[in-house]
Amino acid sequence: MILYERARRFFSRARFFILAGGGTAMCAWLAGCAPHEKPADITIINGSEPESLDPAIITGQPEFRIVIGLFEGLTRLDPKSARPIPGLAENWEVSADGLIYTFHLRTNLVWSTGEPITADDVVYSWVRALNPATASDYAGQLFYLRNAEEFNSGKLKDPAGVGVHALDQFTVRAELNHPTAFFLDLCAFPTLYVVPRQAIEKYGDRWLMARPLPSSGPYELADWRLNDKVRLKKNPRYWDAAKTQSEIIDLLPIGSPATALNLYQSGQADIVWDKNVIPVELLDVLLKRPDFHAFNFLATYFIRCNVTHKPFDDPRVRRALALAIDKERIVKKITKAGEQTAAHLVPDGTANYLSPDGLDYNPELARRLLAEAGYPDGKGFPRFSFIFDAMKIHENIAVELQQMWHETLGIDMELRQLEWKVYLGAMDRLDYDLARSSWIGDYNDPQTFLGMFLSGDGNNRTGWKDPAYDGLIKAANNEPDLQKRAQLFRQAESRLIQDESPVIPLFYYVGINYFDTNRIEGVFENILDDHPLQCIRKIKP
Amino acid sequence: MYFVKRIALAIPLLLVISALAFVLVHLAPGGPFDRERAPASPEIERNLNAKYHLDEPIWKQYGRYLGDLAHGDFGVSLKYRNHTVNDIIAQGLPVSLTLGGLAFCFAMGIGLTTGFFTAARRGGWEDYVGSFLSVLAVCVPGFVLAPLLILIFAVKLKWLPVALWGSPWHMILPVLALGLYFGGKVARLTREGMLQAMQAEFITAARAKGLGENGLLWRHAFRIAVLPVASYSGPMLADLLTGSFIIENIFQIPGIGVFLVNSSLNRDYTVVVGLSLLYAVLLVGLNLAVDFAYRWLDPRVKYE
Repeated sequence: MILYERARRFFSRARFFILAGGGTAMCAWLAGCAPHEKPADITIINGSEPESLDPAIITGQPEFRIVIGLFEGLTRLDPKSARPIPGLAENWEVSADGLIYTFHLRTNLVWSTGEPITADDVVYSWVRALNPATASDYAGQLFYLRNAEEFNSGKLKDPAGVGVHALDQFTVRAELNHPTAFFLDLCAFPTLYVVPRQAIEKYGDRWLMARPLPSSGPYELADWRLNDKVRLKKNPRYWDAAKTQSEIIDLLPIGSPATALNLYQSGQADIVWDKNVIPVELLDVLLKRPDFHAFNFLATYFIRCNVTHKPFDDPRVRRALALAIDKERIVKKITKAGEQTAAHLVPDGTANYLSPDGLDYNPELARRLLAEAGYPDGKGFPRFSFIFDAMKIHENIAVELQQMWHETLGIDMELRQLEWKVYLGAMDRLDYDLARSSWIGDYNDPQTFLGMFLSGDGNNRTGWKDPAYDGLIKAANNEPDLQKRAQLFRQAESRLIQDESPVIPLFYYVGINYFDTNRIEGVFENILDDHPLQCIRKIKP
Repeated sequence: MYFVKRIALAIPLLLVISALAFVLVHLAPGGPFDRERAPASPEIERNLNAKYHLDEPIWKQYGRYLGDLAHGDFGVSLKYRNHTVNDIIAQGLPVSLTLGGLAFCFAMGIGLTTGFFTAARRGGWEDYVGSFLSVLAVCVPGFVLAPLLILIFAVKLKWLPVALWGSPWHMILPVLALGLYFGGKVARLTREGMLQAMQAEFITAARAKGLGENGLLWRHAFRIAVLPVASYSGPMLADLLTGSFIIENIFQIPGIGVFLVNSSLNRDYTVVVGLSLLYAVLLVGLNLAVDFAYRWLDPRVKYE
């Protein structure tokens, strides 16, 4: 027992607290010598870590929102309307048949490192995005150019055959396969941005690590630390630099919605603008706040039907499914951010277009169609499954659908939640019955939605093949007259969502961001959820 | 001699681990370039696979990987295509090492002292309180503790930042959230070890020989009491140093824990294999260090 006594005396309460408190004191002392980085003018929570900042390689919104500050195309998008306006090109002419575009570059263009930006840089950038060695996911955005697809697939070896040429130092001529109503929109798309040949040829795939990195846009890349931040600083040599509002912008990748909200609330971030970092559980409360903004956005949430699986090969069954969904219930009860229900696939407000009427909620007609297809009151309808990727909101929607179809049609659905890549694979292999899906428009035109469902298109993923639909889409894309073109698209969409229904639109997404309008200015709500960084500034008190 | 043998054995072990990781992640359904948006033509996908040699048979890919590895090159990330795995490790590992190292020191500091304290006052109210707190620390998972700490110290009291990394102030909450669990474990292990050591026959024998109580406690009892802690600390340190997905995600800390988890979800083959290897090296190395420490701590242990 003597030992216990010694131990007792040795470990007096005072000593315990001295030892335990020591570590904390050390931390406090260390805090004094922390390095201080210059604070940013604007800090934005931008969603996930950018996969790349190479305009030819990126595919996602978080990347687009950063790269829009670093590089520019021949056109750029108006921050309010998201329609194309002059960018690096000051003006352009279009031939009468809509096949030849002649762009005139501004004559005062220089890279942030001082070298002039010329027509050759434009040609280089486009050909590079098409080059098989670049392995660009989005090379398809350039397939509207003559011979572009042939060059990308390796059938054409000589890049000079591609339909883009420099006529002189300031003139670029683009030759298209078809009149393409949205070609000027495409010129503002990142894949077609003008990138620095001098850095790319010198550093290869690691060119974005070069400092200084030549940029053609309003900002330069000051720092890029993985999962930490991207820091942009104003490019004083940008042609429109006088209008750049903020000197330093930090864009933070944040993985957790709660963390994003906490950072915003504590004033460490000024803007949150990615829908994946909005805490869904708090939407009810957040939506009522004046600094929380939801707006229409070119994106649709829909269901894919696998038409190669029975009984979904029968259009009557697919239409019955569509008619039995009370979409109002989904947006009111589950998504709750003010989404509009979707009768058709192409969102309202898409340029050059007016959608046809779709299938509204009509349980009576739904039951009749199902009976006609041979399943009165759902009798004999095989059990089927609905696949979705692992996100709470998809699960909630799936449960709601399950219940609605059971109540209205008397059919039973099984829910299968899949890991993201497994879910994509199942859709690609047509190894599913019904699948939750969504699509964000790349540019403001019906083609970005309707082109997906051409027979054999990589994004079709329903097994649906319809020669009449293909014919209408092809005709629309060859039609120089915008009115007639819109009519053709309308007929095509009518087949897609009314007669055949391989897809069932549920609602249109809303873009969501939060920032205090009394403190931040220059973030405009537009249909592409596209926010040029140079317009954003803090209002000085 | 024993340690030379152990190190020599570690190399084939690491090879097996790399091969297993390589094959398993390639076997998983889906690939790094499967996206919601299919490319406009099958050739685009072919170009991508060709660029990263994914079109080659797997044994050839593995051979290529080992060849690069021999030059210290872990390859290019297939998800973050501007970054190499070396970049990811170079940027993330120091952060995870700092966080993990501090959490380790914190866990050891709080755990050893609490363990000794509660053991020394066995049966007293301090023992009950200390033991209760250690059990609590072990039971409350990080994803509960971290938001609680943020709520109290960052949101309500505003003493500390809610997230991010940069200054020592940013480190306090994540170190607490990460270290408390291990601290609780260490405290329990120490208490048990101490109680056993104090009753051991060799202690009685040493005392009978007339050794001073202080020397007895420190030179003999302590060294035996911390043995279980020492063997636990190897894997614990490997765990802490490679980062924690949950803590890094909640505090938005740019460590490698997030990559370790997300790379497999992304089928980012090179990152999965590279980070698995890194983890394996740490685990093997630290276990070896524990064995060294054993020899120093416990004179009864001899390696041949």
